[in-house]
Amino acid sequence: MSRLLEATGIVKRYGHVTALHGADFSADAGEVVALIGDNGAGKSTLVKVLSGVVAPDEGTIQIKGNPVTLGSPLGARAFGIETVFQDLSLAPDLGPAENAFVGRELVKPGLLGWFGVLDSSKMRRQAADAFMSMGTNLMTLLDEPVATMSGGQRQSVAICRSIMWASEVLFLDEPTAALGVVQTRNVLDLVRRVAARGVAVVLISHNMQQVLEVADRVEVLRLGRRVAQFRAAGTNIEQLVGAMTGALDGSAA
Amino acid sequence: MTLPQSDRADSAAAEQSAVSAPPPIRRRPLRRLLTTSPVLMSAVLLFLVIVFSAIRPDAFPSLANAQNVVMDAAALLVMAVGMTYIMIAAGIDLSVGSVLVFAGVCSAKVMGAIGSDNWGTVLVGLAVALAAGLAWGLFNGLAITKLRVPALITTLGTLGAALGAANLVTHGNDVRTVPLTLIEFGVGGPFGLSWIVWVAIAVAIVGGLVLARTRFGRHTYVIGSNAEAGRRAGINVDNHLLKLYGLSGLLAGLAGWLSLARFATTTIAGHSTDVLAVITGVVLGGTSLFGGFGTVGGTVVGILIPTALSNGFIIVNVEPFWQEVATGFILIAAVYVDQIKRRARDRA
Repeated sequence: MSRLLEATGIVKRYGHVTALHGADFSADAGEVVALIGDNGAGKSTLVKVLSGVVAPDEGTIQIKGNPVTLGSPLGARAFGIETVFQDLSLAPDLGPAENAFVGRELVKPGLLGWFGVLDSSKMRRQAADAFMSMGTNLMTLLDEPVATMSGGQRQSVAICRSIMWASEVLFLDEPTAALGVVQTRNVLDLVRRVAARGVAVVLISHNMQQVLEVADRVEVLRLGRRVAQFRAAGTNIEQLVGAMTGALDGSAA
Repeated sequence: MTLPQSDRADSAAAEQSAVSAPPPIRRRPLRRLLTTSPVLMSAVLLFLVIVFSAIRPDAFPSLANAQNVVMDAAALLVMAVGMTYIMIAAGIDLSVGSVLVFAGVCSAKVMGAIGSDNWGTVLVGLAVALAAGLAWGLFNGLAITKLRVPALITTLGTLGAALGAANLVTHGNDVRTVPLTLIEFGVGGPFGLSWIVWVAIAVAIVGGLVLARTRFGRHTYVIGSNAEAGRRAGINVDNHLLKLYGLSGLLAGLAGWLSLARFATTTIAGHSTDVLAVITGVVLGGTSLFGGFGTVGGTVVGILIPTALSNGFIIVNVEPFWQEVATGFILIAAVYVDQIKRRARDRA
């Protein structure tokens, strides 16, 4: 059976610097895959390649066995791939429902729609449904600008927005880096619920404890290559750190 | 492990109510409304009216004077609607007053060259004014989006260039070839208001609806709030900004034509502080200088403040230059207040 997302031999050079030396990566539907690696291992570059932000110099990306060219973030979206960047990409002056539909606004039917008149109540309803089904408390904050929200609530808005549109793969770049204990817990619960819907969730994280707790599998990058794959169950932090630093060789999962 | 019976019942009840009752929505519409800039500024406006009326009860609170104030505000409002869009998108357009003059000059010259006095000539004049304004606006937009020259510098440059070009065309003398048809259009109108005012009202209504209710308006807010987020969401930010600067130029062109209707001449030297009044009005109306926030409704109220101030100062025999002094400091104060509000919000 072909995997949902499979990248092989990805090479990305920036001038004289080669960020990825033939990196591989794969993810299956309904699993949480953690992508870990030391600073400069190429995590961010790999995520940018897989979410269409930068084009790889070499290598192939396959979705459900079909080779694809993503081309741009919009191209990646067309394949059901969404990314929550570390900066969240929210418009702070707008509310959560408005943010959820940025660039994909719904318009009223008929002539009004032709003039671009927004169907605000429909967007609010759909966003509220999504926030509710994701178990967040954002429904009560629909009229608050995102700027007035806590870090965890903003993270929830960004994740919920991506989930509304991610039918296949969701990339989360350090989603809990700026969050407190309770908020981190909420975000991790959210991650599990998304995976339970059959979406492949790729979690980029520095927190090994968290990675082992929430992920099904762990892929380790070092110096622009995948050097190890682990099943999270039965793996310990020493093994992950060993693979990241090159002290140990990981066994294939 | 089993929960004690009572706890389980409680949590079941809690779940039940959570499902059946909609979650409490945290909204205080009245309080929020009362603390918005447009409402506060309406109060300020009322205060100004009361003060001026108290000083000159014979002159200020008259119908004729009210007509004067709205007439003064009309051309400024037309430009301020465009400025509202631009400032919500975190831009600025300093060139509007000069573009108004340039468009008026071109329009008057063309109407003079045609020589006839009928609606055909007047409409050709309108088309010329709009085209001249649009051309400057698109130039601004292209320089800002393609050449990446900051909006402040680009429009400062065109502020000088458009006025210089107008003086070149006219050799520095006002053009008085304005058809009587256009002047008459500026005099009469329904409900005792000049057609000039009605045009400004129409621009404000259409501009306000498009901003608040359409995708175009929404994208304007997104760009001002976080342009990178808009770009990632597939909004063509440069294209949108180009349209906004084009719109601002177009509206300045329209204001130039309205100004011909009002003064029957090009008033080349009379618009050097228009941009100050327009930006002050927009900021007083609650539009943030830093983008992402604002309404046309607020701008309508905001633009009346520098206008009422100007009118009131003349009527109470204060030297009219004080109006410029006052407006300048009001602008600084309004932006200071905007900064404080923003900082307080971001800290929350």
